[in-house]
Amino acid sequence: MNLEYFVFGVMFVMALGASLAMLFARNAVHAALFLVVTQVALALGFLLQGAFFVAAVQIILYAGAIMVLFLFVIMLLGVDTREALIDPLPGQRPLAIGLGGLLAAEILWVAVRGVELAAGGEDQATALTELNQNPGNVKALAAELFSRYLLPFEATSVLLVVAIVGVMVLARRIGRVPNTGTGAESASGSDKEGAAA
Amino acid sequence: MSVAPGYYLALAGLMFSVGVVGALTRRNAIVIFMFIELMLNAINLIFVTFSRMWGHVDGQILVFFVLVVAAAEVVVGLAIILVISRRRGTANVDDVSLLKW
Repeated sequence: MNLEYFVFGVMFVMALGASLAMLFARNAVHAALFLVVTQVALALGFLLQGAFFVAAVQIILYAGAIMVLFLFVIMLLGVDTREALIDPLPGQRPLAIGLGGLLAAEILWVAVRGVELAAGGEDQATALTELNQNPGNVKALAAELFSRYLLPFEATSVLLVVAIVGVMVLARRIGRVPNTGTGAESASGSDKEGAAA
Repeated sequence: MSVAPGYYLALAGLMFSVGVVGALTRRNAIVIFMFIELMLNAINLIFVTFSRMWGHVDGQILVFFVLVVAAAEVVVGLAIILVISRRRGTANVDDVSLLKW
């Protein structure tokens, strides 16, 4: 059981360190790679807590698909765009950092105190391991997902279709549409970007 | 005796705070989206921790819904950023003030 604490410590340092490094990374590509490290560490945390299928999905979908999409768009827009350090709103940065620190302190206090108040956490922890052994993690998930959560599940499929259609409408080139003014502009602009990249 | 849920919740809270600070301080629209992803990931960790605390898989199912919403949000958001930078040549959120009074 000491090993679990060790793995948790590694996970903790990895996740928090990578997300802090993301905060200080000036380059967008570096931030994306640090986000991948954070997500892999979180998948480790899911494994530690018996959520095996969710851990696999986290790696495949988040660290795989979504981050590749991010990197693709970063490369499409050009990597060398420097971030402006001028604050149009004076004092926003220190205020944001101060309020973020306050938020962190509040959440930490709730995490330490609230879990004690909720009580009964450890007794139930064995229930999940039993559930993982008897029907199995994936079977238990599927039984819940396709019975009690069937309506939200179908609603998410509608959401995905709406998102796909919306993206196709947004990303379509408007070159062939009669009002050629904006279309020609955007086409030449993207050509220039392509040449620069 | 396994690691207490409070530690996981503390980690998730710290990560969420980092995400909030990042989303408020950065200027690049894509990087802001990454910090929103970080916040959603912290929420996923909270859901999985609660799932273990209460001993059923409902929390893990909620993770799937968060994931689907995050995927849809990222896809649409990145398409909007792409269109904006195609039109105005920048992904800086301060330069896009078309709707400002």
